[in-house]
Amino acid sequence: MTENMESYPLSLEGDGIPMVRFQNVTKRYGSLVVLNQLDIDVSAGEMVTIIGPSGSGKTTVLRMLMTLETIDDGVIYVEGEPLTHMERNGRLVPASSAHLRRMRSKIGMCFQHFNLFPHMTALGNCMEGPVQVLGLSRKEAEERSLELLDMVGMIEKRDQHPSRLSGGQQQRVAIARALAMRPKVMLFDEVTSALDPEVISEVTSVIKHLVDTHNLTMLMVTHQMGFAKEISDRVCFFFDGAIEEQGAPTKLFENPERERTQQFLNAVLHAN
Amino acid sequence: MEWRWDWVWELAPRFVDATGKTLIAAGGGYTIAIILGLVFVLAQRTPLLPVTLVVREFVELIRSTPLLLQIFFVYYVGPQFGLTLSPWTAGLIAIGVHYGAYLSEVYRGGIESVPKGQWEAAKAINLPIVTTYRRIVIPQALPPAVAGMGNYLVGIFKDTPMLSVIGVAELMHTATAVGAESYRYLEPYTMVGAIFLAVSLPSAFAINVFEKWVRRTLGMTK
Ligand SMILES: Nc1ncnc2c1ncn2[C@@H]1O[C@H](COP(=O)(O)OP(=O)(O)O)[C@@H](O)[C@H]1O
Ligand SMILES: [Mg+2]
Repeated sequence: MTENMESYPLSLEGDGIPMVRFQNVTKRYGSLVVLNQLDIDVSAGEMVTIIGPSGSGKTTVLRMLMTLETIDDGVIYVEGEPLTHMERNGRLVPASSAHLRRMRSKIGMCFQHFNLFPHMTALGNCMEGPVQVLGLSRKEAEERSLELLDMVGMIEKRDQHPSRLSGGQQQRVAIARALAMRPKVMLFDEVTSALDPEVISEVTSVIKHLVDTHNLTMLMVTHQMGFAKEISDRVCFFFDGAIEEQGAPTKLFENPERERTQQFLNAVLHAN
Repeated sequence: MEWRWDWVWELAPRFVDATGKTLIAAGGGYTIAIILGLVFVLAQRTPLLPVTLVVREFVELIRSTPLLLQIFFVYYVGPQFGLTLSPWTAGLIAIGVHYGAYLSEVYRGGIESVPKGQWEAAKAINLPIVTTYRRIVIPQALPPAVAGMGNYLVGIFKDTPMLSVIGVAELMHTATAVGAESYRYLEPYTMVGAIFLAVSLPSAFAINVFEKWVRRTLGMTK
């Protein structure tokens, strides 16, 4: 933290506080600058898709918001409150683990490789957080989990362990597991990339259903351009750790302004 | 020299008693080792760097010096610093610490075999770190560790004769005493060997079965 923290507000005030704000966020691994003074705002209820070439920092954005990575510069705010920092004597200081725990409860994440707990059933995976973290009774947690497993179409497999489920089924359970914590922001990191083509729609239709029926704020990294176009409110094209271009999906996909965006879209569309 | 069954039967009660003591030494030492091993491995994973370094060096030291030396050290050097221990206490401490160091490495291997994604998934649902260990990591670290833990259980059992040197009346000590009384060593030492064999072989088998059972119970069909 080399920088003067005075230039960041202790909290965001006023109308239209974004659900998520990245302000001047920089992430480095050694000398490699992965994110370079990134600014993004995501409004409550908005579905923002991040696209871009491999290595452009898309996953890193989500991982920082999930607090799986620390940041080197800048501040991330969630609901107007700093996530990466907290206020101490009128100044922002790096967040304590208690602060991180409190803020993290607003955020849920689904991973490319599902990361289900292999020693628990589908239902057990969903109940774990509600029981252990939220302190729900087993009965309440089970009710909540079954409702979600039903929503993702996995109720019949509730007693199966992940090793007995296909990739698409595992990912749907993982979505239910994340939702069981009632997050305000959901992060999806290439949740269909590890799936066989014929099961991708099992997962995308669940996400589509979420967009249609829930007032969640979502940040999604994907290579499914058609899906991104269909469901996003806004698409951000990442290049080299920064947003090269962003806008409404029709605009970005049909009339990209920047040359790098055009090149990327051409390459991806021809590959498909 | 002829094998004397009648004498074997005569000695039997003393050997039954000594077998019990051997099993208690092995079981007690192993219990200490299981707990100490966990302490060692967790200490090496704390964010407190000095703790990590000191414990890592200590484990390394224990693993690179002979158990016999450690037994002598606790029993004979301890009193010179005002720490006088009975042979049993000294022996159990030495064996517990020695095997604790080895078990910590087994645990470490098990913990490291748990994919990073599991830790991250646990964090994403906001599980506290202790809960993450208890509910997510240890259950997955256990199956790969069970085989190693079992080997060291047999190992500790086979190392209990070393306690005879400080006068713990386990099997080896008893056999030597019997031999010294009667000038016959064939039967007592053969009996020790037979008893060790009779315990070790089924244990190895039982550990194998247990390992499979753990995998099955935790739903890890591999
Ligand atoms: N733990 C890490 N250590 C070093 N470099 C990393 C690490 N994680 C990611 N990177 C690097 O950061 C860059 C961005 O990674 P990532 O956000 O995963 O990209 P994307 O998801 O867009 O493919 C890549 O160059 C990657 O190699
Ligand atoms: Mg990625």
